[in-house]
Amino acid sequence: MLQVKLTGTLQSAVDDEAEVEIDAATIRELLTRLVERYPRMSKHLDEGIAVSINGEIYRDNWGTQIPDDAEVFLMPRIPGG
Amino acid sequence: MPSVLVSTTINGDAVEYACPQDETLLDSLRDRVGLTGVKEGCGTGDCGACSITLDGRLVCSCLVLGVEANGREITTVEGLSDGDKLHPLQEKFIEHAALQCGICTPGFLIAAKALLDRNPNPTVEEIRYGLAGNLCRCTGYDKIVRAVQAAAKQMRKK
Amino acid sequence: MPQDTSYTHQKFNVIGTRPKRPDGIDKVTGRAKFGADTSAPGQLVGLILRSPHAHATIRKIDTSKAERLKGVKAVLTSADLPDLTDGDRAMLDILENCMARGRALYDGHAVAAVAAIDAQTAKKALKLIKVDYKVLPHVTDVDEAIKPGAPIIQDWVFTAGVEPKPKRPSNISQRTEFGHGDVEAGFAEADVIVERSYKTEQTHQGYIEPHACLASVRPDGSGELWVTTQGHFTFRNICSSLLGMDVAKLKVTASEIGGGFGGKTHVWMEPVALALSRKANRPVKLVMSRDEVFRATGPTCSTSVDVKIGAKKDGTITAATAELRYQNGAFPNIWGMLGAMTSFACYDLKNVKSIGYDILCNRPKVAAYRAPSAPMAAFGVESTMDLVAAEIGMDPVDFRIKNAAKEGTLASYGPTYGPIGIGPTLEAVKNHPHMRARLGKNQGRGMACGFWFNFGGQTCTDLNIGIDGTVTLTVGTVDVGGSRASLSLIAAEELGIPYDQVITNIADTASLGFNDMTEGSRGTFSSGMAAIFAARNAIEVLRKRAAQMWEIPVEAVVWEKGEAKAMGKKHGNLPQLSLKEIAAKAPNTGGPIAGHSEVVADNAGVSFASHICDVEVDPETGATKVIRYTVIQDAGKAIHPDYVEGQFQGGAVQGIGWALNEEYIYGEDGRLQNAGFLDYRMPVCSDIPFIDTQILEIPNPNHPYGVRGVGETSIVPPLAAIGNAVSNAVGVRLSHVPMSPPRILKALVEASGS
Ligand code: FES
Ligand code: FES
Repeated sequence: MLQVKLTGTLQSAVDDEAEVEIDAATIRELLTRLVERYPRMSKHLDEGIAVSINGEIYRDNWGTQIPDDAEVFLMPRIPGG
Repeated sequence: MPSVLVSTTINGDAVEYACPQDETLLDSLRDRVGLTGVKEGCGTGDCGACSITLDGRLVCSCLVLGVEANGREITTVEGLSDGDKLHPLQEKFIEHAALQCGICTPGFLIAAKALLDRNPNPTVEEIRYGLAGNLCRCTGYDKIVRAVQAAAKQMRKK
Repeated sequence: MPQDTSYTHQKFNVIGTRPKRPDGIDKVTGRAKFGADTSAPGQLVGLILRSPHAHATIRKIDTSKAERLKGVKAVLTSADLPDLTDGDRAMLDILENCMARGRALYDGHAVAAVAAIDAQTAKKALKLIKVDYKVLPHVTDVDEAIKPGAPIIQDWVFTAGVEPKPKRPSNISQRTEFGHGDVEAGFAEADVIVERSYKTEQTHQGYIEPHACLASVRPDGSGELWVTTQGHFTFRNICSSLLGMDVAKLKVTASEIGGGFGGKTHVWMEPVALALSRKANRPVKLVMSRDEVFRATGPTCSTSVDVKIGAKKDGTITAATAELRYQNGAFPNIWGMLGAMTSFACYDLKNVKSIGYDILCNRPKVAAYRAPSAPMAAFGVESTMDLVAAEIGMDPVDFRIKNAAKEGTLASYGPTYGPIGIGPTLEAVKNHPHMRARLGKNQGRGMACGFWFNFGGQTCTDLNIGIDGTVTLTVGTVDVGGSRASLSLIAAEELGIPYDQVITNIADTASLGFNDMTEGSRGTFSSGMAAIFAARNAIEVLRKRAAQMWEIPVEAVVWEKGEAKAMGKKHGNLPQLSLKEIAAKAPNTGGPIAGHSEVVADNAGVSFASHICDVEVDPETGATKVIRYTVIQDAGKAIHPDYVEGQFQGGAVQGIGWALNEEYIYGEDGRLQNAGFLDYRMPVCSDIPFIDTQILEIPNPNHPYGVRGVGETSIVPPLAAIGNAVSNAVGVRLSHVPMSPPRILKALVEASGS
């Protein structure tokens, strides 16, 4: 079971929970389960989000593996200059 | 407005073009003669990207009219190297990484050449003020000043 | 394992050397072709008519006279750009920013466009277009825009992130909050609390090359676009979707780019050029003037920031909060959120909270500017850090070292840090000779820290080996500052061959798979990673070919120092085969030898910098000159140190300009008053000292060579470093950037009066 934390405006899509529990081994599973449980997340996923796994920031590449006890953060995708 | 025929010398070659009376020399060089090494950064004399020499004097070609070039001599960045040999300034700019994007480079090269023609052994201060008419947004000027110092040194050896 | 990203700890052959860049000669001889340097047969000149009003309803546009002018081939309004965005508000915003739809939202907003046979005719045609405006009340100041009664810019924007859901539209598009712990309890523990408000003005990226493109659309719906951009693949996706074209039918070629810094990650007039070309059935060249660049392309935000930091006498920070209001221009974005995320990222804080507000104004749509949003937050936080240090009587560097984030710190924006470089940059500051240099009269020294995320993204490269053993590396990330040299170094390193044996090219959108933009400091990081993988794939092929040439099993072949080597007792005596020898036999051993790679290159590694700055302030005029400047930053691994130093120096000088001079000045009428380089004064050569650099190399564990992004962080510390230096020089604390002579003078007068 992953403790998934959400930052910024993503929180409002999960009924203002700062943290949700999800069972997932890849980013794809994580995102699928999230949308199943919180349909309002799908709008944010369409916009593209970033996933921080153990402090490293990943794009929403489905295949990326998530280790069992990883610290997972969802955040909006960050633009750069 | 009727066009005017202009006969001029550019980088040592006789060149003729016809341009409207209100066209800038910058536009004539770029659009009529095809010398797109002369860049436009502002069109108002504030960035130096369009620098050329006109009868040996450093000018912003965006502040000169195309018709004013009649009977005069122009040097642009395209005329800096000698055959297949790069000018020492060109060499040193590459060697010292004095360009990042390179859009300001033609203007800096022309301005630096004008400076070294006047003053072959400039101090850092003199280089900085000599190039103060040229904007570079990428490099912070550090490597440009060093490249000009290195080129000056090499040119003095000859 | 071609896609193993882990750090290899290898000893490098060519990485870290400083060879000449491959595009150097073209750029010093005027041969390099930038956005405005190309032309097409039959090309027309495109020009855009812009709103002189900050906020207005467009009742009617009469283009009939312009259309009748001889030599005019197309006149365009938003009627020619139907909304195909299918409810995607972000895309509609892009379209509306390119061409006003019934309302003008800022001074400079495009309202119509023409294409004509030459510039003279196009200019005349613009004058013949009659626009009937109903001028509306406007607001351009970030704090004014959130006062009750301020004109509402977008009536569909309701503040997100607040409960209960607002019923009325607002200029605050979203509120976001980050942090952890209990800040109230933290402040209660503090011996000293400093609370202060700051303002920063809007600045522009200031790239010397204005936006320029050449568009050519054919009646069959296919087309081409030559454009100065940081991401031609993204431009292709956006343009084709806005214009209803098939992605594959639009070929976009990135010209050489004359600076971007984030400003060329957005489309501004490219869809208009394509639409003009489609309407005229001729190629159209559209080049912005500097005035247009200032008025209508994305500057960075103006901001207003409140910071509160509490600390114990021993220097431990007990709590920190920030409230950040970021002006987004006329279209909502996430800049305030980014400010809130980055504000306290340098520190290890038990109790921290930052709240970001994104706010609309009648100003141009804001774009990223090098580590977007971080410098303004850092100005507030790092100025306050110095104030707290002074209150508790601690050296500002020691105070920062005591509180610096480290591996295992819970970052203020959420995650836990891996190995990071803030501590080492601060130690380097402490030990730097600059810190011990003597200061003269009216001179002062300041320092400050900065943070930026960096990221990777979708990347695709091809590596092809020629018959003579030379290597072509094809990438899809635009080279904004020497990345072709760095990428050639990386491919050469991986293959074990000399630098000159590799030539790196930037492909157009028809020649390579999709690549995200060169932004977020990702150019060398991600294409470098893809180049390593492509080279590893090519080595697999080379080993197979060598095995074939030797007629031995491939398992017995290893690749070492650019050569195939046969292993084991049986084959060990075979003479090695060089890349060149294997390449020569390619036609007989299975055809061309190549390696490809498609990756989402992630983990560009967060990056930290600490800057030291000495200034001299003239107390008579308030004019401030930077007399010495040092940048210390973690680069992970510097592939080509010259271009890493160049990024450090360039970012620092942009920051110096922002700190001391640059600012958008709007009049009462909502019009931009200084849309030119004369009045928007960027630093020139004589304003600036040499910028010393110190590159730290704390390897990124998630890149084979340890590379981190380097391009952006250097703009984060300067505002605060200079503010701190000014304060140490003349004893006044500036809380408004730019610290222009009048502002400093005013502060000096006020201080002496009290
Ligand atoms: S284009 Fe002539 S000075 Fe800028
Ligand atoms: S190198 Fe880009 S402006 Fe000078």
